[in-house]
Amino acid sequence: MSVGTFASSKETTFDGGPSPLAQKRRPFGVWFKDKGWRHVVGIITTIFAVFPLLYVLSAALDSNGTLVGSNGLFSRFDTGNFVALFSDPTRPFGRWFVNTLVVGTVTSAATVFLGAMAAYAFSRMRFKGRRMGLLTLLLLQMFPQLLAVVAIFLLLSGISQVIPALGLGSQLGLIMVYLGGALGVNTYLMYGFFNTVPQSLDEAAKIDGASHVQIFFGIILRLVTPILAVVGLLAFIGISSEFVIASVVLTDPDSQTLAVGLYSYVAQQRSENWGVFAAGAVIAAIPVMALFLFLQKYIVSGLTAGSVKG
Amino acid sequence: MPKPDLREQPSSQGQAAPAEAASSAGRPAKPGRPAKPARHPDSLKGTILKVVLLGLVDAFAVYVLMMLFLSQSWAALAVSSLVVLAINWIYLRKGGLPAKYLAPGVLFLLVFQVLVVVFSGYIAFTNYGDGHNSTKDDAISAIQLTAQKRVPDSPAYKASVLTKDNEFYLLFTDPAGRAQLGSSEDPLAEAPDAGKDSTGKANSLPGYQTLKFQEIVANQQEILKITVPVSDDPADGTLRTADGSTAYQFKPALKYDAATDTFVDTETGTEYRDNGKGAFADPNGEALATGWKIDVGMDNFVRAFTDPSLRGPLVGVILWTFTFSIASVALTFVMGLFLAMTFNREDLRGKKAYRILMILPYAFPAFLSGLVWSGILNPEFGWLNQTLLGGANIGWLTDPVLAKISVLVVNVWLGFPYMFLVCTGALQSLPSEIDEAARMDGASAWRVFRSIKLPLLLVSVAPLLISSFAFNFNNFNVIYMLTGGGPRFADTDRDIGSTDILITLVYKVAFGQGTGRDYGLASALAIIIFIIVATISAISFKQTKALEDVN
Repeated sequence: MSVGTFASSKETTFDGGPSPLAQKRRPFGVWFKDKGWRHVVGIITTIFAVFPLLYVLSAALDSNGTLVGSNGLFSRFDTGNFVALFSDPTRPFGRWFVNTLVVGTVTSAATVFLGAMAAYAFSRMRFKGRRMGLLTLLLLQMFPQLLAVVAIFLLLSGISQVIPALGLGSQLGLIMVYLGGALGVNTYLMYGFFNTVPQSLDEAAKIDGASHVQIFFGIILRLVTPILAVVGLLAFIGISSEFVIASVVLTDPDSQTLAVGLYSYVAQQRSENWGVFAAGAVIAAIPVMALFLFLQKYIVSGLTAGSVKG
Repeated sequence: MPKPDLREQPSSQGQAAPAEAASSAGRPAKPGRPAKPARHPDSLKGTILKVVLLGLVDAFAVYVLMMLFLSQSWAALAVSSLVVLAINWIYLRKGGLPAKYLAPGVLFLLVFQVLVVVFSGYIAFTNYGDGHNSTKDDAISAIQLTAQKRVPDSPAYKASVLTKDNEFYLLFTDPAGRAQLGSSEDPLAEAPDAGKDSTGKANSLPGYQTLKFQEIVANQQEILKITVPVSDDPADGTLRTADGSTAYQFKPALKYDAATDTFVDTETGTEYRDNGKGAFADPNGEALATGWKIDVGMDNFVRAFTDPSLRGPLVGVILWTFTFSIASVALTFVMGLFLAMTFNREDLRGKKAYRILMILPYAFPAFLSGLVWSGILNPEFGWLNQTLLGGANIGWLTDPVLAKISVLVVNVWLGFPYMFLVCTGALQSLPSEIDEAARMDGASAWRVFRSIKLPLLLVSVAPLLISSFAFNFNNFNVIYMLTGGGPRFADTDRDIGSTDILITLVYKVAFGQGTGRDYGLASALAIIIFIIVATISAISFKQTKALEDVN
């Protein structure tokens, strides 16, 4: 990013861009041709981008509740929908929220750990099949787990006959399934980052008598914390939006995640439950969006390094 | 084992095992340096930790193996034992360090990504699904249990509904006045302790609760489903109640003859034979609903492209899947690139604010976006028709063409911020000299963009466009949450619609409501997706040389 800033500011200087004083005196037409249209584009795009979010916020704050009733944007403000959201025993929103946090946190922490271990091996060790392994991981990214959702369902239903705690309906089982995708998506991204940590650091530590475990935990992991945060966050966002596998594995309302639960809110009677659904959507979205915006810078650098959301 | 030479390249690290960390204590001090006493505060701790962790894993493994043994799943037991042995071998042997770091992730990867794909491949060649989900023996006893008719002129039993631990039981009083208890799981058994009312009907039993009339009404569905086997032999029939107070004896309407492997209808005498397709069928080809799982070869694939209720829709779905994913990538890329160029001006006021507001859709959870947009676009009650268009009745989600456009618009909403971010990054990393040099040579801004910037940009974003295509090819959430695949095609009775893509079709065939689950067909469709994605990514990755930086 800093390189770009430098480049474009240089460009302005080269063009001999008008000084701020001169800018003020420019006629509107020239200003519009140079910059004004950019603002028009910006405003239109912003409306397109933000409107649905304002719409759902408005619907959440209007206890009128139905889809038709939500059309008058911000015509009422009350918290009736939020109260209704937390008081429906057949749709335990609080539980869904906790479930999503638990499944998301455990999975993303384990994903980061498994991915980091694999990336360490690929980046710092040379072994037979290393190149093949990296290529395989790169290709596996192309095949998301949801393609095999039928087989996952049948495999877990087989497992539940033997160990019910890991089979269908169990969050532990779901986490295990998600961990199957841990290496494919993230190792390659982390591998690139691990390579940027100079080998000389490891060697120096080795000379001081550090074991490979100490090098891994004490040096490498500390130096790549930003990428660990990005991978963990992207995993968390991806998992909290994951619907297909979660809907197949988690059948009991008490164990479901937000994606599955909130879908059931509107699957049958979209228009009647609209207000309550909107309230749930707002609460579900706020933590993810806050995290995202907070770590925006890191995520952007992670994105351009080749990861895809989802 | 030779001690690693410290000046050597990392290859030597692959030979050091954790247990050996202590061994380097004996290495000669490097000349020119004061010999430091080697400290290994963690080596003992590390070894203990390793033993404890491995012990926990093994304890769990032994539990799993025992459960597998008890359930007599011999194949799974053999495979699991090998896996456990392999894990112990990896962590207990000296050397093989890379394996120690790779094993946990690779294990999950093998089971839940590779094995399940192989398993899908297997299911695609079976008729696995509703009515075909078990062995032939299971199917035979299930048919005997389900195909039941009331035994003509059989006596009426008085019945009470009892409950214990959330299970329902029926307490019968036979015409002779004897009390008997049973449930769907437990065959009929004498219940001498039963308490009786004034008419001699048994209505209570110690340890059980008797349901009151209101409770019977409230649990009607479950009570209707109770079928109490008269004995362990399904051929003896069952007792059932329709109202919670009287019960009748039912006997299998179909009698199984093990010698000829046929079912015979006890009334009409029709014979049902094994039709070779995993079901019993009468001479006219009419099959019984309950069958069993068999291998059907290519049948699922053949059916997908020849069955008249499937062929037309499937071709439509495949075409739309391609259209959808290509259009999504193209539209989001064009929009993202346009925005990136528009805002690639350092001196633009409010640039940061625009940027944050514009990436909000990307931060919003994807599954919610589809649902929220489905409210906005709802033809009857949605904001777009009702408020913006003043009560118009445009079928944004119900008209086949408009629904496709809506899906694309929503997907652009979801995806343009990503492309905006990516293109901004790529644009800013282009050297500015290019621009200057071209301008000096008299090239127009458009010419600079088309002939210089765009090709350079494409080189760096092409791999991202390919992965974006692969992602959209399976973009389940936006389709399923927005339209559910609808509006449905008119020329088929299956739940397939104009905006269905292959992956939503897989989901609906396998887990959809209404029509029976057909795992075999769903897996066959998944395998088709797999082949398409594999072919496309193989070709495109070869062309972009993205693999070159894997040294």
